[in-house]
Amino acid sequence: MWKDLLLRLKALIFRREMDEELKDELQFHMEMQARKNRGRDSELDAAEAKRQARLQFGSVARAEEECREARGIHFLETLAQDLRYGLRMLRKSPSFTAVAVATLAVAVGANAVVFGMMNALVLRPLNVPQGESLYLVERGNDHFPSQSYPDYLDLRDRNRSFDGLAACNIGQAGLDTGENTTPVLVFEASGNYFDELRLQPYLGRFFRASDEHGANSAPYVVLTYAYWHAHFQDDRGVVGRTVQLNKHPFTVVGVARPEFHGTMLFMFPDVFVPIVNQEQIDGANLLNARGNRWVLMTLGHLKDGVTRAQAVADLNSIGSYLEKTYPKDHDRVDFALAPPSLYGDYLERPTRAFLAGLMLLAGLILLAACANLGNLFAARAADRSREVALRLALGAARLRILRQLFTEALLLSVMGGALGLWGSVALLQAMSVWRPFPQFPIAIPVTPDAHVYGVALVLALASGFLFGAVPVRQVLRTDPYEIVKAGSVVKVGRRITVRDVLLGAQIAICAVLVTSSFVALRGLVRSLRGNFGFEVPNSMLAEADLHMAGYSDDAVPAMQKRMIEAMQTIPGVTAVASIDQAPLSNGRPNFSLVFREETAELTPGNAATESFVFNVSPGYFHAAGSALLTGRDFTWRDDKNAPRVAVVNEQLARAVFGSATNAVGRYYKMRDGTRVQVAGVVEQGKYTSLTEEPQAAMFLPVLQSPSNLIMVVVRAASDPLQLAAAIRSKMRELDAGMTPVIQTRSESMGFVLFGARMATMALGVLGAMGAMLSITGIFGLASYSVSKRKRELGIRMALGAQPKELLQAALGRALKLLAFGSSVGLVLGILASRVLGAIVYEATPRDPVVLAGVVLAMMLLGLVATWIPAQRALAIDPLILLREE
Amino acid sequence: MAEQSRLDLLQGTLDLLILRALRAGAMHGWAVSERIQQISQDVLEVNQGSLYPALHRLEHRGWIKAEWGVSEQGRRARFYSLTAAGRKQLEIEAENWDKLSAAIARVLRMA
Repeated sequence: MWKDLLLRLKALIFRREMDEELKDELQFHMEMQARKNRGRDSELDAAEAKRQARLQFGSVARAEEECREARGIHFLETLAQDLRYGLRMLRKSPSFTAVAVATLAVAVGANAVVFGMMNALVLRPLNVPQGESLYLVERGNDHFPSQSYPDYLDLRDRNRSFDGLAACNIGQAGLDTGENTTPVLVFEASGNYFDELRLQPYLGRFFRASDEHGANSAPYVVLTYAYWHAHFQDDRGVVGRTVQLNKHPFTVVGVARPEFHGTMLFMFPDVFVPIVNQEQIDGANLLNARGNRWVLMTLGHLKDGVTRAQAVADLNSIGSYLEKTYPKDHDRVDFALAPPSLYGDYLERPTRAFLAGLMLLAGLILLAACANLGNLFAARAADRSREVALRLALGAARLRILRQLFTEALLLSVMGGALGLWGSVALLQAMSVWRPFPQFPIAIPVTPDAHVYGVALVLALASGFLFGAVPVRQVLRTDPYEIVKAGSVVKVGRRITVRDVLLGAQIAICAVLVTSSFVALRGLVRSLRGNFGFEVPNSMLAEADLHMAGYSDDAVPAMQKRMIEAMQTIPGVTAVASIDQAPLSNGRPNFSLVFREETAELTPGNAATESFVFNVSPGYFHAAGSALLTGRDFTWRDDKNAPRVAVVNEQLARAVFGSATNAVGRYYKMRDGTRVQVAGVVEQGKYTSLTEEPQAAMFLPVLQSPSNLIMVVVRAASDPLQLAAAIRSKMRELDAGMTPVIQTRSESMGFVLFGARMATMALGVLGAMGAMLSITGIFGLASYSVSKRKRELGIRMALGAQPKELLQAALGRALKLLAFGSSVGLVLGILASRVLGAIVYEATPRDPVVLAGVVLAMMLLGLVATWIPAQRALAIDPLILLREE
Repeated sequence: MAEQSRLDLLQGTLDLLILRALRAGAMHGWAVSERIQQISQDVLEVNQGSLYPALHRLEHRGWIKAEWGVSEQGRRARFYSLTAAGRKQLEIEAENWDKLSAAIARVLRMA
């Protein structure tokens, strides 16, 4: 094996010498033969003897070639030869090369980007030691991973499957380093969090389980590397310093390593605080609230040898214990495990489905590109049939010619793949540093790794083989004698060729892509104009956390009222009100069980429905633009001393009272047994996502149900953007320590629309790629057929054919293929678009605008693609043509 | 006349003939082809175009070795000779050939 390789290498290195020697050897043979010939027949002169010797020998070139092959250098040497020849051929037709490389770069790039996202978001485990055995505990029935804190403690202490269970929650706080206060994203982590994740600190120490001694007992803070770097200028003396979080003193104990940013892939927290101190961050002590599932993540490493199924069974036995012991707080408790990085199945499932869909479409792009290039290659091989025939006639093996063609194909695919990979790496890196929501430390870390490079390379090579294989049959069937004799023959057959099938398939694929991007686009437009149960235009949202600003108890509602009154004085403002968590904005609204008045046992099983709870100020419905169907709005007299009232939405009224019309004046019960009278019924809206089923919602007067978080809805007569500065200065006037986030209402929906927007963008890009590919494909076929049939067209023209007939002859086939491919693609696209419904709100392909749009788009593509070939066909001058040939 | 009675060489037999011819000692390519023709009394004609690839193939396998020497006419020529491995290979192939031809002869006679 090694010896063989060595011989081959030696042969390759001393190629020139060995070639010389071979020539010399054969020359000697020839001389001897000529000598013999003369010996037999002394009449022969020297030249004739030599000629006869050559005849007797046969093809010298062929013998040399076979000797080289026998010596084993053949493979490497021909590869080098083929590469040189291939490069020369590609250089000779730069436009062909450019088109092919660009097509491949786009197709491979698209695949690399989608795979890169899939790899980083779904396939790659969290970047912690032994991340693959780390699991998140989620509830089995709703696949939402949050638990209540007492439940977490039971899970932690009673399970036998995990090395340990850690928990964390996300909060926001104002961090005061002594100079100024900035809002920070806080991970409230259990004491064992860092130990269970098997992490080491970068500086100082992490807080541990032994630091926890009950509520607010561990005022320690761990900084992330990024925050330390940005706000403490890498000051190593920061350990031991005291900072203020929401005006409570905390001691900095350590800094985490640069690569660790919490256990949610897309969240970039600034600091970690022990979860037992959550009251100081969140404003209310939730450590004993068993019914409140506020702890976002419960996660840990499975013990060695414990399978996922065993762990789930173990957790479920704890679940049934919880059900039995605390029936007031639990309905049915079962558990499931999921990878933690995308917040369990809650985000992973849609992400995975979306990316899988994109993978499919990107794969189609690659297939279309291969079909396109296969077509180009077949046309090129046809153009080169003379060259091929000549080489065959000179004794080249067909295999050798095929190898040459494949080398060219692979050369192109490697160049295109490299270019595409380069582009996709740049794109992925740009995406990783992109902050889609300026006010939140959220990013999509999709930095590419070796897997991405590998996949791109494999895809490039595979597509090279795929489109390189198209002209194989053509070459194998080449008859050198015919072609050399007659010149290249164009058979104007009516038969359907491979190339027609390829182009038809390619157009169909592209039509699928164009259809899905139209469907997505239309869905997004609709979702922006849809009925959310409130008015989006001419409305601003100013968000402030009063707890963060140091307000508590009775100071909160008083401040809210002052803020609302201050906003009302701004010129141009028509209505102002507040809500704690505006529907379809960034946060998740509170949730509560609702019971009928007559229900005595307030257990989850007896609840009439679950409902979102919004705490609003008087005038909210008017300011938000939500229509009150019956009843009344709140007033400032609906305070603590007044009877408890609520405005409910249609869904809640239906679920509790049977209908929306007779609900006003009737009572229902909250979780804690409070009787609440319905003061009014408001129209149904969307609350957390555009695709949700109708959800129950109740609105409570803020004076009866106070909240620290406040979002002030400001409605203006005209463009509200001009008001932003005025709103900010009014807020500052009231309290200089407040750091409000001010957005238009539609900006505030960025979170909710993010998925739909990303989907639309991705599908739009893929659709554009598909359109581009079909243009190049049709253009290629049309211009090829025009150039091949120039003579025929010239004769037709000379015989008096009209331009219309001429175009029909030249382009009819391409246009027929376009029509056929488009209709197949349209039908397939409509079928495939059902998948989009889950992501894009109201994405329906059975929409005349979409159908008309796709048909129009494909027609336009056809027009663009055939324009130049048509011009060329019409510009044929029969006189010149006939004279030439 | 002789055209009809000359036999095309069976695939693989050329190697055997070359090895056999070289048993007489080192010789150059042309001499090998002449010798085969001569021994077979012009029945077997070696296609000159395929002789050299066969020589190079045998050399690559290590059964024969090549050295540059000087021919009878004083010209530089490449001389081939058997190696030990080649000698062994010749024995094996000759034996195989004997078996094969005996078998074929038997079949022909029986039929």
